[in-house]
Parts: sequence; structure tokens; C-alpha cells
Amino acid sequence: MLEGARAAAEERSGTGAARSYGLARTLSVKVLSAAITLFVVLVGNFFLFRVLPADPAKNLTHNSALTASQLAAINRTFGLGLPLPQQFWNYLVQTFDGNLGRSFVNQLPVSQLIGQALWPTILLVGTSTVLSTVIGVWIGIRGGWNRGSRFDKSSTAFVNVLYAMPDFWLGMVLLITLAGKLAIFPDGGMHNFTGGGSGLSGLGDLLWHLTLPCLVLTLVYLAEYSLVMRSSLIDELKADYLLTARAKGLRDDLVRRRHAVPNALLPSVTLIMLNLGFVISGAITTETVFSWPGLGRLSYVALNAPDYPTLEGTFLLFSAAVIVANLIGDLLLTVFDPRVRQA
Amino acid sequence: MTLLELRDLTVTYFTEGGPVPAVRGVNLSLEAGQTLGLAGESGCGKSTIASSVLRLLPLSAKVTGQILFNGEDVLTMNWGRLRAVRWAGASIVFQGALHSLNPVRKTGSQIAEPILLHEPGVSKEAAARRVTDLLRSVGLPADRADSYPHELSGGQKQRVMIAMALACSPNLIIADEPTTALDVMIQAQVLNLITGLVSDRGIGMIMISHDLSVLSATCQRLAVMYAGRIVEEGPAHQVFTDARHPYAEALSWAFPIIGDIKTRMSPRGLPGDPPDPAAVPSGCSFHPRCAVAQSQCSTRDMELWPAGEGRWAACVRVLPDRHGESAAGPVKQGNDQPGEAVK
Amino acid sequence: MSAPAAGTSTAGSNGPAPALPPAGPPLTPRRLARARRKAALARFWREFRRDRRGMVGLIVLAVMIAVALLAPLLANSRGLNPIYATATPNAGPSLHDPLGTDNDGRSVLTLLIWGARNSLLVGLTATLISILIGALVGVVAGHFGSIRARAGRLTDNLLMRATDWFLVVPFLPLAMVLARTIGPSLGVIILVIGLTSWAGTARIVRAQALAVETRPYLERAKALGAGHWHQMYRHVLPNVMPLLLANTILTVAGTILAETTLSFLGLGDPIRPTWGEMLGAAYSNGVGTGNIVWLLAPGIAVIVVVMAFTLVGHALETVLDPKLRGR
Repeated sequence: MLEGARAAAEERSGTGAARSYGLARTLSVKVLSAAITLFVVLVGNFFLFRVLPADPAKNLTHNSALTASQLAAINRTFGLGLPLPQQFWNYLVQTFDGNLGRSFVNQLPVSQLIGQALWPTILLVGTSTVLSTVIGVWIGIRGGWNRGSRFDKSSTAFVNVLYAMPDFWLGMVLLITLAGKLAIFPDGGMHNFTGGGSGLSGLGDLLWHLTLPCLVLTLVYLAEYSLVMRSSLIDELKADYLLTARAKGLRDDLVRRRHAVPNALLPSVTLIMLNLGFVISGAITTETVFSWPGLGRLSYVALNAPDYPTLEGTFLLFSAAVIVANLIGDLLLTVFDPRVRQA
Repeated sequence: MTLLELRDLTVTYFTEGGPVPAVRGVNLSLEAGQTLGLAGESGCGKSTIASSVLRLLPLSAKVTGQILFNGEDVLTMNWGRLRAVRWAGASIVFQGALHSLNPVRKTGSQIAEPILLHEPGVSKEAAARRVTDLLRSVGLPADRADSYPHELSGGQKQRVMIAMALACSPNLIIADEPTTALDVMIQAQVLNLITGLVSDRGIGMIMISHDLSVLSATCQRLAVMYAGRIVEEGPAHQVFTDARHPYAEALSWAFPIIGDIKTRMSPRGLPGDPPDPAAVPSGCSFHPRCAVAQSQCSTRDMELWPAGEGRWAACVRVLPDRHGESAAGPVKQGNDQPGEAVK
Repeated sequence: MSAPAAGTSTAGSNGPAPALPPAGPPLTPRRLARARRKAALARFWREFRRDRRGMVGLIVLAVMIAVALLAPLLANSRGLNPIYATATPNAGPSLHDPLGTDNDGRSVLTLLIWGARNSLLVGLTATLISILIGALVGVVAGHFGSIRARAGRLTDNLLMRATDWFLVVPFLPLAMVLARTIGPSLGVIILVIGLTSWAGTARIVRAQALAVETRPYLERAKALGAGHWHQMYRHVLPNVMPLLLANTILTVAGTILAETTLSFLGLGDPIRPTWGEMLGAAYSNGVGTGNIVWLLAPGIAVIVVVMAFTLVGHALETVLDPKLRGR
């Protein structure tokens, strides 16, 4: 996955002279393109959930024993008997209206469930992304600049092990040792039973619960970021302009900081953003292991119920997250890489 | 005091395939304000010499001998002194300005960078004014300082490199193939520019090229290198029109003069390839390709023997033979002579 | 001695040129091609051997594959059936069960050995599907994309849009949805992973195919009347192969991780345990208080195998593209 994404990023940043003129026009083209992709995702979603299953009614109501009249009623409610384009239109309208159906499990609107689960996921994914990006990039730069040094060798080995590790396994191991046996951290959930309290003690309680799942996600993703940054920097090391910078009399760390890193960072940004979208869905297993009440756990519960409306809703959100993250990455590259911008 | 003096300079690269001697015992000297051309094919070691003057070779290179810049040995300078000498004492105009400029920084800031580095008292505004002056002196409008390298043409980029090299008013400029990647017309402009600036400011210059005609038109003295050694040295015009070493002669014939029918109609190629630096032929390293090689050429160690007033050549043919006469005579057929270089 | 000799440059750092086959029956073009290919393979192997990490990975892989193939000999398959399990459930390591037992009393070691077989099987099969689709899409898109005709570029565009969609859709939710819709089983997991992971390969193969398309022998083939299929199969594909091989190995690493995750989430087959299954079972049965080796062993096994594939894959990349050396 990394290699394919790298090829995509290179296409974007390397030869990416925008055929249009003006920064605003470039940006609006990219936004439009993202919107189209989102639309395609909606089509795909519709196809997966309404068209593909043999009997959508069963899926939508989670009831195997339906009488004929009940089935007919359901068909009417969901418009399942209608021709496909009509169904699709209804589906589009409903989705944009925010109506994603009702959960089988508790009959609550899916949009509400998602709304509740959104903040915990953003908190968890956001914090771990910031940490993993900063730490991963730092490790990658330091390792790549001093290739072959002790730091580089040990950090590369460490990072390769992390990359090969299933994230939920790491979560379980930490859970059992740090939370179970040593009881340093709570064994799951986001707050204490008693609600955790408000203000500072509430915040402390939240952080206490956040630590382990955030640690797991940070470790798992910093591996990828550091590998990307390292290879990006190593590619830059051959560049001629670094020789020019040295010839000017710059110190080694200035050469690295002012010349090498900004250039190496550019393709990394695209890759990191590409990855960000997947982090949100990658958190599914970690949230499950730590019973963190976010979108991931919601979809896991929905998977096992099975609760199709919720599953459909979360799937839509995960796809949208990837698209949005891609768009942000693209925009960031446009803003920061003068070669992509065209005056 | 001699501006630059190379004494028995030897550079050996240590590669995976073993040690590769790129430069083998080179002696050169340059007075302040003088211009010297260094000619030879790719791989003969001329670019290595350029990099070694400012100690810019990779760590895998071993350098022995002395490089005396204004009397100080560059090879034994401490790190701080070296960084001060870089650019402020001697600067380099790199070849392939395509990649010698940092793609994500404006050209103005790259030109100002050495100024701000070597003259800490200078304010940013003062530096910007100097950048404008420098750009003007190379024939570029002041607004080019706000452009990025990819927005400039090849000729413009090379001018920026020249302006950058002059930024700290060095005593010595080394121009490494400054016009190789340019169109012929631009070539002439850039060459005129360089020679004009250098003579105006009394800067010493070493110009490196494989084009003997260019060097003979711009430099006072000319040294020809082959397989890591200097094989001929002397006043530029004489070396070009009346070379004593067979290789130098072949090189001068290799560049037909535009508009000169005689040279165009009788191109003189040289059979074979330059020797692999790791496996240099014994005796005179040119003897396998030499049309007038004698039996002693494969066994005798070559030195730079006097070959006229202020001229030296490493060929046995310049030595007086047993009868006290010089056995030398340039290898020519008919009355052809390489014509005057285009001014 | 005055005759100028020919150039004295020796061959590059790849070593001496491959030796021609020994004198014997007359050389046909096919025989020459075969000899050249053998020499090239020998050279390739020599280069690969120089990469220490790649060799370590290769040895580990060989051991793993051996374990997987010899599973019936190494551990009685009856040990997988909970009915026959007589040992104490969830017990720590003992003489009889060196890795302890799971909550059904089955030996973790037996599960681990058979898990190797199933995990590798799923991983390799899914990779096969993924590579087949990815290579097909990549070669077709790259080939038709370099044709000047509009129809060609349209094909390329359509294929790339489809590829983009698959790249964008997050793998895990898609896998979950598909598995839930079709029904949990190992076959579904294989299919799902194969369907969701081909996009990266397609992109890389297409880029390489586009590069190959500009080479002269393809123009020659076209001038001689080669049809599209012939061009793609006999010219483009062989030149894409080396890159594809490295990509395949690296894909397996990802596939095994993906399968582990899906099985953990309960989308696999409880009767045919994979390492992911073991981890999933350990999770749902409160391994915390019992045999922790039950949790550690399959996890470590996954890490070891994935790392081995990654090391071999990177070594392959380095041999094929010496610029990558030193990563």
C-alpha cells in the first residue's frame, strides 16, 4: 500500500504542473475533483448496501421471519420496490438531509449515533496523528541524515518491527500488562464509571483513559511516517543544491534544516495525508480493544449485530474521511510547493 | 603570494569495487587575477579538483598533497576557518544549474544567503540591495530575485549562479562547465559575462570544460588533463593551436569551429574510450589510443617536461633526442590547422 | 608498437559479462536466449546473496513455509478439534504443551503450526488475486494509455478512475461490509483482501508499463504487425515482471496483516484457525487472566513473517534498482 501511494504522490508532486492558471482555480479544481470522488463513493455505497445483497429488506430490518405484508410494508417504507434510479435519488436526498436510517440495535437515528461517536474518534486519532507525525518525521530525518549510524540502524530496526505488528495485538499486550497486571492504566472506556467529574479532574481522567489507545496508534503509525520521511530525505541527499549550500559555508545542521528537509518534506506530506484518511478507519481495532466509544467501536458493534444502517453510515463516513484527508494533503502540497503552483 | 597552489594533489575514491584514483599528483598554480582553463574529457578528474579546493568531496575520498589558498593549506584548516573561506575566499559556479539551486526557495534569498552568513553585520535590506546589484551586473532584472528556479530559463539560472558566486566578492572563482548545458548563443553571452566580470574585479578564475575552443577564448593559460594527470600546460592560445601532447591535439581538433569549413570537413575523432580510473594503463596512460606511441611510452613514467616558453607537456616527443634536437612535431596532415577560436 | 589499441575500459561493477554457453550443438536463437536468461538469473542470485538482511528474511520464510507444508506431520490435526482436547483450558506452558493451551484446552503450539499453514495460504492466495488484477489493469492501462488514439487514452482514464476509487475506499470498512454481506469464511477474506488491495500494484505497474512503451523494440514489434495482446503479453509484461515480483513480495506482507485483522474481527473461519483467529479468540475469551502465551505466540509469529517478507521484498527492490541501495 505504501508503494502504490508513493507512486501516486510522485505523480502528483513531481510532474504536477497544474494545467490551469491561478492558485484559486487550481484549488477549486481539486475541491471539485474531491466532490466527484465523494459522489462516486455514494454510488458505491448504494450499490454495496442496497443493490448487492440478495434481499435488502432482510438486511435493513434484521428480521428473518417476516410475513408477506410486513415485507411489503418495509418495501414501501424504504422504497425498495421502486426502480433503481428512483431509489438512488431517494437515497441521495436522504443522505444529504442527514437521514442515515435507524439502528437496529437501539432504534436511534444513525446520524445521532455517529454524532456521538465522532468526537472520541477525532480526539483519539487527532492526538495520535500529531504525535506520530512529529515523532516519526523526527526519527526519519535524524536516521536518514546520518545513514548507517547507530541511531539509524537501531531506529530502523525498531520501526520495522512496529510496522509489522498488528495494532490490536500491541493494544492487547499493553492492556494486559499495563492495565491488567500492573493496573497503571484503566482497562478501557473513555471515562470512569462515575462520569469522571468536570473541569481539571475530568480532563485528567480523560487523559488517563486516552493514554494507552493513543500510545498504540502513535507507535503503529509513526513507523510508517518515519520510513517515508527517511527514504524521502535519502533521496534528497543526492541533490546538487546541497553541494551548493555546503560550498557556501553553511553548517551541516543548517544545510539539513534549510535545504534538505523542506524539499524532503513535500512528498512526505502527500503520503502522510493519504495515510491519515486510513488512520481513521485503522482505529477500528484499537478502539475495539480499548472499548473506546468512537466510530471504530461503533462499526465493530454494528458488524457483529449485524446492524446494517449503522454499518452503512460509518462506511460512508470513513470513505469521506479519506477523501477529505486526500484533499487537504493535495491543498497543502499546492500551497507549499512552488513548482505545483503556477503563477 | 600565489592565490592558489596545488602541490602533488592526489584524490582517491574508496568505492565498493576498490580504491579509484581520480586525481594523481597534480601541480597547478594560479596568481591573483589570472585565468586558467582546465580541460579534459569526463572522468579525467577536473571536477574532482574543483570540489577538492573547498574540501567538498564526499567522506569516502582520500586527499593527499597540499592545496594552498593564499598560503593556507585548505586540507589542514580547521572546520571553522574552512567555512569562512568557503564562498568568501573562493566560490564555485556549478555546472547544471538546473539542480544546483534549491527548488523551493526564491533565487533572491539564495543569493543573499552567503552574504548574511559571512557578513553578520549586514542587514536584510542591505543584503537585498546587494542582491539587486548583483543581478543587474549579470544582466538580470531585479524582479528575478522573487522568482523560483523553475521559473527561469537555463541561461537565466546560470546567470543567477554567477551572481551568487560573486556575492561575497571572492578572490577566486572556479567555474565548473558553466556553459555546457546551454545553447550556443547563450553560451557566448554567458562566457562574455564571466570574463568581463572577472577581469573587472581582478578575480582569479579556473574554468573547467571539455571544450578547448571555449577555454582558449576565455582563459590566459590552459592545462589539459588525462586520466587524473595534467598532460599539457601553457598559454591558452598556443596550447590550442599548437599542442605538443597528442591528446591535447586530438582534443583541440574535436571541436570544429562554426563557420570554419576546414575544421568542419575534417573532424578528428579519437578511437577508444578514456581509461577506467581503477585500471590506468602503465607508462603514459594515453599510449593505447595514441597514434604516434613509441615503445617506451608503455613503460616510461611521464613527467611534465618543458616544451617551450612557459609550456610543459608530458610526452616523450618534446624531449630532445640523442642528437640534441627536439623530436617533437605536431602530428598534422597537410596544411590544416585548427582555426582561431570564435570571440 | 604503434597500432592504437581499442578502448581499455572494463565492464561495470556488475562483474564480468555472462559467459556464452560452451561449444556444442549449433546455437539456435532459443538456446541462446535460454542461456542468457540462466546467466542473468545467476547474476541476480549473486547480487541478492550480498544483501544480508534479505538473506535472513529468505531463510525465515523458507522455515515458515516448511512448517506450513509439513503441518500434518508436525502436529496432529486432531489437536484442532475442541472435542478431543483433554488438557486444562487456558493453562500456561507445560511439558506436554510447550506453549500452553487455549480456552478450549487445545495446544497453542498445534494451533500455531496449523495457523501458519492457513495464514500463509490466505496471504498468498489473496496476494495472487491482487497481483493478477493489479498487473492486468496496470499493463492494459499503461499499454493503451500510450497509444495516441483517443480510445486508448479513454481506456486508460477509465481504468485509472476505477483504481483511484479502490485506493480511496478504506480497506477495513469495505472488507467488513463485504464479509458481512456475503458471509464470513476464509474464502471471503481472500476475495475481499484481493479485491481491495490491487490498486497500489496497478498504479506501479502502469507507471512501469508507460516507461516500457517508449522503448524501441515495442515500436519495432508494432511495425512488424504485432497486435495489442501480443505486445502486452510478450513485450510489456516481461519487462514489468521484475518490479512486479518485488511488489508482490511486499504485498504479501500487507495481505497477511490484513488477514490477521479481519480474522481478529471475527470474519474468518473458526474451524480453520489462522493466527488472526487465535488472536481474536484470545481477545474474546479474556486471555488476561490465563495463558498469556496464547496471545503472544501468534502475534510474534505474524511480526516475524511480515518482517521476513518485507526484508526480502526490499532486497529484491535493491537488486533490481541499485540506486535504492543503502536504504
